[in-house]
Amino acid sequence: MKLQQLSLFLENRPGRLEAPLAAIAAEDINILTLSLADTAQFGILRLIVRDWEKAKRILEQDGWVVNVTEVVAVDVLDRPGGLAAALKILEDADLNIEYMYAYSLRRGDKAILIFRFEDPDRAVQVLLDKGLHVVGGEELISSTS
Amino acid sequence: MLRELWNDAEGGFHPASAPDFLPETALREVQLRRLRAVVARAYEHVELFRSRLDERGLTPDSIQQLEDIQRLPFTVKTDLRDTYPFGLFASPMSDVVRLHASSGTTGKPIVVAYTREDVEVWSEVMARTFAACGMHRGDILQNAFGYGLFTGGLGAHYGGETLGATVIPISGGNTDRQIMLIRDFQVSALCCTPSYFTHMVERARELGVDLRELPLKIGIFGAEPWTDGMRKHIEAEAGIKAYDIYGLSEITGPGVASECSTQEGLHIFEDHFYPEIIDPETGEALPDGEEGELVLTTLSKKAMPMIRYRTRDITSIITEPCACGRTIRRMRRIGRRSDDMFIIRGVNVFPSQIEAALLRVEGTLPHYQIILTRAHGLDQIAVEVEVTPEVFSDKIRGLEEVRKRLAQAIEHIIGIRVELRLVEPRTIARSEGKAKRVIDRRNEG
Repeated sequence: MKLQQLSLFLENRPGRLEAPLAAIAAEDINILTLSLADTAQFGILRLIVRDWEKAKRILEQDGWVVNVTEVVAVDVLDRPGGLAAALKILEDADLNIEYMYAYSLRRGDKAILIFRFEDPDRAVQVLLDKGLHVVGGEELISSTS
Repeated sequence: MLRELWNDAEGGFHPASAPDFLPETALREVQLRRLRAVVARAYEHVELFRSRLDERGLTPDSIQQLEDIQRLPFTVKTDLRDTYPFGLFASPMSDVVRLHASSGTTGKPIVVAYTREDVEVWSEVMARTFAACGMHRGDILQNAFGYGLFTGGLGAHYGGETLGATVIPISGGNTDRQIMLIRDFQVSALCCTPSYFTHMVERARELGVDLRELPLKIGIFGAEPWTDGMRKHIEAEAGIKAYDIYGLSEITGPGVASECSTQEGLHIFEDHFYPEIIDPETGEALPDGEEGELVLTTLSKKAMPMIRYRTRDITSIITEPCACGRTIRRMRRIGRRSDDMFIIRGVNVFPSQIEAALLRVEGTLPHYQIILTRAHGLDQIAVEVEVTPEVFSDKIRGLEEVRKRLAQAIEHIIGIRVELRLVEPRTIARSEGKAKRVIDRRNEG
């Protein structure tokens, strides 16, 4: 149920984003979603791609430092309060969110959010117990194509 | 025949290594005899040396015992520049079979010359170096020191052949091919600068080649200072024993001193290179054991004798006998050069201090560079450190913590605030020879 997210270190200066994205594009690897976190000096590019193992190999060959993290994709209702309800469940279960970002596509009346939890396994369990839909890798890919 | 027998035996030595085991009295006799001869030769053929002795009222006969060397004037790097290109030669050009030159950071290079005999001595001391590092006839040596004007490549080449190793003269650079040949040629020993080997290790990892699974067992590294932490990293990552060797073009090139199996200090081939330790401020000779600047005299060099050459390298002589059985004295590893030191806001800083701080935080040594600038009349120091897989985190907070820890570790050692910048892997230029650690932009613009 968990997804593998690739993270890359980038310096915060113009043009830095292009090189890694071009490298994986050249190998025909589709990016499902990405997010960028930054400080004044550096940034972290987080990617969810179709074939993360291949993407990781390509990026490392090109000399990038790549980190693989497990994240969890969750369906929430795309209407006011939808996210708040999901967050309430996590808060009640005392699950610590390291960070989160939105998946770029919405499906019907649902939006997908990507969560980085301290403890992804317990998070998946709690979300399932509470009847939320956790989106697996296969499903995410098929919803994009 | 004898040569082959000795050299093949497990733990046996090449006959060239015999002087390593001379009894001390015999060694001192050889040294005195050679010292007197080289001083006489330099006095006769090198004008600068003769005039300096004349000024002091000295003649070659002033050398009656080894300690008399302290009466002789020093030779310094600028003497080589001032007499560029051939002013310090003691042989006619018809006897000089080779010239090398070191890249000068400013202006003209430094030129060094060798007679055929000098090349033979150089080959011999490099063979003794390789033997001390555990190499034998039949070893396959990948020589990744740069070939050309730099003494590293050809010095190691001739030494490897003299030992009876199979030398692969690949020179520096083309890292992917280096890794391919290590694997395909079943290379058992490799020599280059430690920073270049670190780069090779890093590249091998990217290519998915595990150096530990290959026959490579001996690494021989020199031409720049490196730390024990870097050694541990190299040894663990590549599955080799990493040895430190020492030399400088002005004296002969590589082959002045080498570690042995104990990896505890470098044996100086003192039957050819006479070592002294001096106080770099006063020039006074210091007793064995005390730390100071290494001064070397070439006892057998013909084309270009160097008398009391100030190396700028800081070390000390180890007096205890070595477990390997060699009687020639050892010096501690060179951690710093008085040349590398930079002064920032009145504080003396060595790159090795910054290296030590980075090592302590990261566990392994990342690629780094020190950049000195001046803003509003005040010196600024920035340290750029490449992000490694070991410290990289997908969380901003994690990276900020690494940055803070690195900056604090450096500040703790040098006592000055540094700007620490994390940079992308491979953004700091890799050197195929000596790494350039300090970029001083204080006098630009």
